[in-house]
Amino acid sequence: MSATTETPHADAALIDAALIDPNVGEEMPPEPTRPVILFLQRLLADRIGLVGVLLVGVLVLAAVFAPLLGWQNPYDLSQLDFLDGRLPPGSHSSTGMTFLLGSDDQGRDLFSAILFGLRTSLLVGVVSAVIALVIGAAAGLVSAYAGGRIDTLIMRIVDIQLSFPAILIALILLAILGQGVDKIILALVVTQWAYYARTIRASALVERRRAYVDAARCLALPPRKIVFSHILPNCLPPLIVVVTMRIAYAISLEATLSFLGIGLPVTQPSLGLLIANGFKYLMSGDYWISLFPGLALLLLIVGINLIGDTLRDLLNPRMHR
Amino acid sequence: MTAYLLRRLGQTVVTLFVMSLLVFIGLYMIGNPVDVLISSSATPQERQAVIAAMGLDQPLWFQYWTFLSHALTGDLGKSFVYNQPALRLILSRMPATLELAFSALVLALVFGIPLGLLAGLKPKALVSRVIMVSSILGFSLPTFWIGLMMIMLFSVKLGWLPASGRGDTVNVLGVPISILTLDGLRHIALPALNLALFKISLVIRLTRAGVIECMQMEYVRFARAKGVSEARIVTVHVLKNTLIPLITVIGLEFGSVIAFAVVTETIFAWPGMGKLIIDAISVLDRPVILAYLLMTVVLFTLINLVVDIFYSVADPRVRLGEAAE
Repeated sequence: MSATTETPHADAALIDAALIDPNVGEEMPPEPTRPVILFLQRLLADRIGLVGVLLVGVLVLAAVFAPLLGWQNPYDLSQLDFLDGRLPPGSHSSTGMTFLLGSDDQGRDLFSAILFGLRTSLLVGVVSAVIALVIGAAAGLVSAYAGGRIDTLIMRIVDIQLSFPAILIALILLAILGQGVDKIILALVVTQWAYYARTIRASALVERRRAYVDAARCLALPPRKIVFSHILPNCLPPLIVVVTMRIAYAISLEATLSFLGIGLPVTQPSLGLLIANGFKYLMSGDYWISLFPGLALLLLIVGINLIGDTLRDLLNPRMHR
Repeated sequence: MTAYLLRRLGQTVVTLFVMSLLVFIGLYMIGNPVDVLISSSATPQERQAVIAAMGLDQPLWFQYWTFLSHALTGDLGKSFVYNQPALRLILSRMPATLELAFSALVLALVFGIPLGLLAGLKPKALVSRVIMVSSILGFSLPTFWIGLMMIMLFSVKLGWLPASGRGDTVNVLGVPISILTLDGLRHIALPALNLALFKISLVIRLTRAGVIECMQMEYVRFARAKGVSEARIVTVHVLKNTLIPLITVIGLEFGSVIAFAVVTETIFAWPGMGKLIIDAISVLDRPVILAYLLMTVVLFTLINLVVDIFYSVADPRVRLGEAAE
C-alpha cells in the first residue's frame, strides 16, 4: 500500500494508508522529498523511460523552435521553386541551400516541412487530449460520486461509444463537419473523452469508499470540494498513464485522418499530409517524401509510448518488488 | 437467455435509430451534394430536376421519414454516384473487407500467441525484452505509414509482392474469395500483414500478461507438485486459461479491424467497403455514408453478441445478463 504515497497529493493518501498499515509513516524519510520530484527521478532512472523522455524532449524543442531551425518556411510559396521539386536527400537547391532530407514535389525542404509538421501534430494531439481529459474526468467523477441513475446514464453513453472504434467515429464526424484544425480537435475529443471517463470512474469508485472521504464528509465539506480536491488527486496516477498513451494515439489518428484526406486541409502543415503527399511518388522510387515525415511521426509516438509504459510500471503498486 | 437476447436486440434498434438520426441531420447540414454531382454548366431547370429526383427539395423531417420507412423494408436509398441501391453496393464490397479483416486476425493470433507465450514464460530473458520493446514499436507504428513502407520495400524495391488490387478470385457460394488462389494470396499478403501489425502487438501483450498471471496461480503450483511435465502445465493449465479472455478481446477487436481496414484498403487499393466510404465522403454520397454506418452498427452488434455468447460457453463462471447490471 505504500505505493500510493507517490501520488502528487500524497497527504490524503498517506493518512489513508497509515490507517490501514501503521508502518507506512515509519518507512518515509524524515524530510520527504516532494512526490513529483521523487517520481521524475524514478522515471529518469529507468533506461527505457529516459529514452522516451529524451526522444519527446528533442522533438518538442524542434517543434517549438521550428522557425529558427528550418531553412525555409515551407508554406511560404514565395520561397519555393518548382524546379527544386523531388530532389533526393543531400542535393542542393537553385539558391544553393542543401536539402538535408530531400524536397517534395513543390520544391519544399522536407526537413523544414517536418519541423512545422511536428508543431501541428503535437498541438492537435495535446490540445485534444487535454480537452477530452477535462470533459472525461468531470463526467467520470460525477458518475462515480453521484451513482444511481446519473451513473447508469453516463456509463451507458460511454459503453455505446466505446463499442465503436475511434477511427470510425472520427471518420463520420469529419464527413459531417468537414476539414480544419478545430474540427479535427473536436473529432478527437469526442472519440477520447469516454476513455478518460471510464478510467477515472473506476478509480473514483475505489477512492470514494476510503476513510479520508468519510472524514471529509464528517467535516460537512461540500460535495464539490470532496470530489475535486480530495478524490480527484488520488485518481490521477492511472489517469496520467492513460493520458500519455492517448496523446500518442491522438497524434497517430490525426495523421491517419489527414492521410486519408479528411483531416487537416492542405494549407496546414501536418506530418500525415506530408506522408500522403509522398504516396503519389512512391511507385517511381522517390521514397524520401514519405519516409522521413513518417520516421519523425514514429519517433514521437514511440517516445510518448515509452514514457507511458514506464509510468504504468512505476505507478502500478503490484509491480513493486 | 431469451430475455438477454431481447434486451440486446432492443439496444441495437435504439442505437441504430439514434445513429441514423444524428448522421442524417449532420449530413443534411453540410454541403449540397448537388454541387458535386452536376456540372457547373447545367441549366437551373436541369438542376431543379436533379434535386427533385433525389428528393432533396423536401423538408428535413420528411426526408428522414422517407428514409426511415424505406429503411424498414431494407431499402437504404440509392447512391447518388453509382445510381445503385446503397445497401447492395455495401454488401457487394463487404466480402473483400471481411476477408481482409479475417486474414489479419488470423495473422495476429499466429504471430502473437507464441511470442507472447515466450515473453510471459521467461519475462527476464533478453528475447522477452526484445519482444516487448518491439511490441511497443508495433503499437506506435502508424498503420498507413508502415503500409507505404511495405509497398516501397516489397513491391517497388524488391518486386516480390503486388501493391494493389485483389488478384484472382474464386467464387465460393457466389462470393469472390482471394485467399484460395496463389495470385490472390500474393495480393492479400501485404494488406493483411499491414492490418495485423497493431493486433500482433496487442495479442503479444495480452498473452504475456495472462501467462504471467496464470503462472503464479495455486493450480499451477499444485500441478508442479504433482509432477506434471512443464510442457503440459504450459499448454493445458496456463495457455487454456489465458486464451479465453484473449479470444474475447480479439473478437471485440474484429470490429476495429474492419474500421481500420478503411486505411489499409485506401493504401493497397483493396476493393472493400472502406474504400467505398472514403470515396463516398469526398463526394457527399449521403445514402452510401448512411448505409455504411448502419451496416457497421449491425455488424458490430452481431460481433459483440457472438463474443459474449462464446465467452459464457467457454468460461462457465460467466453468466450472461448479470454482467450488464
